[in-house]
Amino acid sequence: MKVFHTILILAFAFLATFGEATLTAPRQWLGAQVDLLPALMVYAALNAGLPTIALLAVLGGVWFDSLSANPLGISILPLALIGWPIYWRRDLILRDLPFAQLVLGAAASAIAPALTLLLLLSGGKDLLVGWGTLWQWIVMTAVGAVATPFIFSLMDASNRALGYQERIEPGFRLDREIQRSRKKL
Amino acid sequence: MFKQKNYLALGAVVFVAIVLLSLPTRATARLKLAVGSWFLPLFGLAGAAQQLPADLADSLLPRRELLKQVDTLRRENQLLRSQSVQSTAIARENDQLRALFNWQRQSPWKLKLANVVMRDPANWWRTVQIDLGSRDGVRENLPVITAAGLVGRVSSVSLTRSQIVLLGDPNCHVSALVENAARDMGVLIAGGTLDTSLVELTYLASSANLKPGQSVITSGLGGVFPKGIPIGQIVDARSVEYGLYTDARVKLNATLGSLEQVWVLFP
Repeated sequence: MKVFHTILILAFAFLATFGEATLTAPRQWLGAQVDLLPALMVYAALNAGLPTIALLAVLGGVWFDSLSANPLGISILPLALIGWPIYWRRDLILRDLPFAQLVLGAAASAIAPALTLLLLLSGGKDLLVGWGTLWQWIVMTAVGAVATPFIFSLMDASNRALGYQERIEPGFRLDREIQRSRKKL
Repeated sequence: MFKQKNYLALGAVVFVAIVLLSLPTRATARLKLAVGSWFLPLFGLAGAAQQLPADLADSLLPRRELLKQVDTLRRENQLLRSQSVQSTAIARENDQLRALFNWQRQSPWKLKLANVVMRDPANWWRTVQIDLGSRDGVRENLPVITAAGLVGRVSSVSLTRSQIVLLGDPNCHVSALVENAARDMGVLIAGGTLDTSLVELTYLASSANLKPGQSVITSGLGGVFPKGIPIGQIVDARSVEYGLYTDARVKLNATLGSLEQVWVLFP
């Protein structure tokens, strides 16, 4: 596990949760608050290890719930259920293509709130749900989809700027040099 | 294929989630507040950043403009003082009349100003958090108002912060009264999911004579909200359940979408 990469992902999740709780502009303009954690989970599932995905699911979920009226821990499972299948099949996903990132971001941003709502409703909670919820769900999906390629670019750029770079091995290796010499007669 | 360690990690995450969800309510509330306090430095920074442009604008304001503002405020202050004297006299008269009829004396409201520091990030709740907590004397179920009218009630309290459940949230029901001849009473419940300014007033009598523009105030029943706090105005009404009772939509006086400062009302 690259510790710095994990810290960077968790720091972004922390700031994203804080932003969602303090920025009122999306709610006023679009009628819904957007959630960037599913999009970040897509990034983590495609670019980080399993411990990072687990940490993001647990900490991201707990941070989100601590600022919300949600029961503590309800957001962990939806995030985990997004991260695991993507991680499982990540070798088959063209992770560098913005279109793939967009589609995965849309799917993740649609599934996460739907699963959370399902869990809350099955727990007998009285929620503010109606036809307007459909609009909010569409907004969350669309914004999450658009945000995913940006999150990929931002995280990659931050990782390059702040993290340790991998040492590039030169192609030339002394031990594999072919010794050419004239045969001594 | 998925390796064993992957299943173990998934199992650990599920285990943590189940443990957190099955904690007792009090422990969950404490844990929530403890985790939420991690964000306090960021709230401080955000507050300072919001205050900075206002401070800059104040420092750049010309002297003439400041003097003009002082003059306006002085006049306003004089007007409010005269109104205060008048209302004190009215209150004294009210007390005397209450004593004459042996009615219980009404205690005046005590208010504490609070800043709204954050909103619920989830779309299915309508709550905000304020910067007053148990150390300021705030406790659960205290009414929260603005100058325009009722906003909601305190739902949970920590040392430095409190959560306010706003009107329109499914967990905030208010017994309300329509200011018409019949004084029709109903219960204020959640309204639409998108428009925060509209809520539903339900269980009104089927014979209720409701007209758009009629004021709605708290009825004082239920013991949470004192009587007479303005809530909003009737928008429209319709008969439901084959005329069993009437529902009405109420436009709230307070603008819940852009709350910045609120008053916590201490009875």
